[in-house]
Amino acid sequence: MTNLQAKQASKSGAMPGGAHASVTGDVDSNFSDLHPAYSTLQAMAESNRCLYCYDAPCVTACPTSIDIPSFIRKISTGNPDGAAKTILSANIMGGTCARACPTEVLCEQACVRNVSEDVAVEIGSLQRFAVDHLMARDELPHPFKRAAATGKQIAVVGAGPAGLSCAHRAAMLGHDVTVFEAKAKPGGLNEYGLAAYKMTHDFAQREVEFLLGIGGIRIEYGKALGRDITLGALRDGYDAVFVGVGLGSSNNLGLPGEAFDGVDDAISFIEQLRQTEPKSDMPVGHNVIVIGGGNTAIDAAVQAKRLGADEVTLVYRRGAEHMSATEFEQELAKINGVIVRYWAKPVAIKANGKLIGMEFEKTELRDGKLVGTGETFDIRADQILKAIGQKIKTDDLAGMEISGGKIVVDDKYQTTAPGIFAGGDCIKSGEDLTVQSVEDGKQAAIAIDAFLKSA
Amino acid sequence: MADLSCKIAGIDSLNPFWLASAPPTDKKYNVVRAFEAGWGGVVWKTLGIDPPVVNVSSRYGAHHDQNRRLLGINNIELISDRPLATNLQEIRECRVEYPDHVIIGSMMAPIEERAWKDLAQQIAESGVHGIELNLGCPHGMCERGMGSAIGQVPEMVEQVTRWVKDAVDIPVFTKLTPNITNILWSAEAALKGGADAVSLINTVNSIISVDLDSMVPEPVVDGKGTHGGYCGSAVKPIALNMVAEIARTPETRDLQISGIGGITTWKDAVEFMALGSNAVQVCTAAMIYGFRVVDDLIDGMSQWMDDKGYTSVEQFTRAAVPQVANWNELNMNYDTKAVINPDNCIECGRCHIACEDTSHQAIAMNVKEDGHREFVVIDEECVGCNLCYHICPVPDCITMEPVPTDKPYMTWPEHPLNTMEQAAE
Repeated sequence: MTNLQAKQASKSGAMPGGAHASVTGDVDSNFSDLHPAYSTLQAMAESNRCLYCYDAPCVTACPTSIDIPSFIRKISTGNPDGAAKTILSANIMGGTCARACPTEVLCEQACVRNVSEDVAVEIGSLQRFAVDHLMARDELPHPFKRAAATGKQIAVVGAGPAGLSCAHRAAMLGHDVTVFEAKAKPGGLNEYGLAAYKMTHDFAQREVEFLLGIGGIRIEYGKALGRDITLGALRDGYDAVFVGVGLGSSNNLGLPGEAFDGVDDAISFIEQLRQTEPKSDMPVGHNVIVIGGGNTAIDAAVQAKRLGADEVTLVYRRGAEHMSATEFEQELAKINGVIVRYWAKPVAIKANGKLIGMEFEKTELRDGKLVGTGETFDIRADQILKAIGQKIKTDDLAGMEISGGKIVVDDKYQTTAPGIFAGGDCIKSGEDLTVQSVEDGKQAAIAIDAFLKSA
Repeated sequence: MADLSCKIAGIDSLNPFWLASAPPTDKKYNVVRAFEAGWGGVVWKTLGIDPPVVNVSSRYGAHHDQNRRLLGINNIELISDRPLATNLQEIRECRVEYPDHVIIGSMMAPIEERAWKDLAQQIAESGVHGIELNLGCPHGMCERGMGSAIGQVPEMVEQVTRWVKDAVDIPVFTKLTPNITNILWSAEAALKGGADAVSLINTVNSIISVDLDSMVPEPVVDGKGTHGGYCGSAVKPIALNMVAEIARTPETRDLQISGIGGITTWKDAVEFMALGSNAVQVCTAAMIYGFRVVDDLIDGMSQWMDDKGYTSVEQFTRAAVPQVANWNELNMNYDTKAVINPDNCIECGRCHIACEDTSHQAIAMNVKEDGHREFVVIDEECVGCNLCYHICPVPDCITMEPVPTDKPYMTWPEHPLNTMEQAAE
């Protein structure tokens, strides 16, 4: 989203593409699609804005290198299912990415229409139109065929975007895949971690079902690494292993009282909300503080507001320009009535039998270092949500090198343990985004295939 | 505001914009609305001998672009399906109520002298300013020996024109079909027959599309389709050429021309007039957008005339005709090169791929240090073909710059590489 669009959106209270942004009194309607699906007419109009660039900048900007001009052209010629196949051949989770990608910093940021008109083609909405069109046609066979069976067995740890993407591509290449998932449902952050208004209904589950249509993939639920399975045993039992476990635990503030009732991880809050139906059954505080400056912080703050919290304050220790949340997300928070306080860090959790608030110290940059100014202020709260990052659970990853809190992999996604590959948020590839995880999984599967062929 | 009044075939018109003989001019109700909207005149929908024809359902096919904009319509509707007396009565009423607006009566009949003369006289008596002979309709009527069945035979064009000229003392417009080998043959025939003007083009014979579910050409009439008449902006280039040919050929250039064929904007109208039309007729644009499009036709032409310093339409009528040449008269020593303005370039790459795949490999795509791309014309390879200029989505990003030369004007007949030179002489 460009500055211009953001400005227009904040003025009108409506987001581009018909997305509704403001909070209403009806909690359940607050969790309908942030960007409603395109009608055929909208898709036709928007697809015709695409200039069908050659060697297009948007493709380069997409971590999965979807051939965006080609799929948009197919929409414009009345071939949405062909468009969907173009998308899915590069990104089997194109449906989720269409909904959840921060397109404003990826493909749409690179759109040449920004140069000429300051308004990018809405690639995400077009992608959703195409993929949804194909997925709605249950009568069609799965769009991809498997190569001749190789007889090789691959174990995948984690049924999130990286693991499932790897599993799908490996199955396509003729391998048989067993996926081990700790939770009761597949999808990983697609199912548990994305904001409810970005992933409405049961799309994450439908997408997994669609993906499994390739055949050759079996998922075992309730199988957690370290508890039920070990990497050593998997390596012994399978021809190759892929680790897509994501990031396990949330970072703590390191303040007394963190275990106090009402102090939660934003991740847990979002997960609980995603699993609650109707959304109006989800409890929320009257006064909520969210700590952090990333998209997770925004997701938590906006959703708390939409659940009916009287006051939601997002506190970030640096300035708006330092936030990892995109401009669109920051704008979304403001439109939804989230109070954003910059340049302040939490110094104490305040309780009086029950949680009553938080004390903050103002901060500033001094010689490039973030320091407290000594000046403090209080914000009352009966709920505090922490969104200050997650870290990998290293206990179960013995035998491979970890650096900077991420699994170390080579350019073929292989860890320092031979035959064990990794991808997604648990490695350092690009941003911690669904789309990057899908790319990691896909590329790792291709690397595993080469590894197995050379073995 | 410039004066748009004009004169064609001796008829004064408030402006050069008439509605062509077609569904929009079928009855008084439409014509009144058209006059109120600002049209200078109408050519009434073609009248035939009673009993009236019967039309089918449906009647139009469409050529859309991908954004569902209509580039052209194909039409299988026949001539007026209302009784002659009804039409003539309504013409009389319109003439009384709108005395300053032009009404031309369009007509067709089988190739019989009496039929043409009787009908022409009846129409003339209704008070029309002139009569237009529909010798172009390429669907339905031609199967009955009328319309293009007559227009495709120059001797019949001449004969019919003469019959009507002999029968009435008002101007006669002979309307020509483009569905012929050489428009000059029928134009000359019309001139010989005494036509005061020719109107062209009528619609182009066409099948516009096929319904891929039923495998029937569109428009579908109960499981079958037929060829129809193609019109709209897509046919404009065909019409412009035919108008220009008549205007620049010594044998036909004295004919007055009522230009027709896809005129949608004021620019289209100016182009038709610059190439030889004394006035123009419009149909499809009105069918797509309503009669209100005349507002832009009038306003746009008038603004343009003010900007150019023209005070009457005659001053630019036929202004482009002297510059229409045969290919053999073009200067072989003239050369242009594409120039890409990097400040306007949005890096879409379309010029590069078009030139690389389909032309002369004359646009290099370089990736700069900052990751941005630049597109650079390789002058040695560029033949000045214009493809990149037309493809570029940004106006004025690519320009075609003439290469300075001291070489003389040299045509192909004079060219040293022309081995046919002697044979041609």
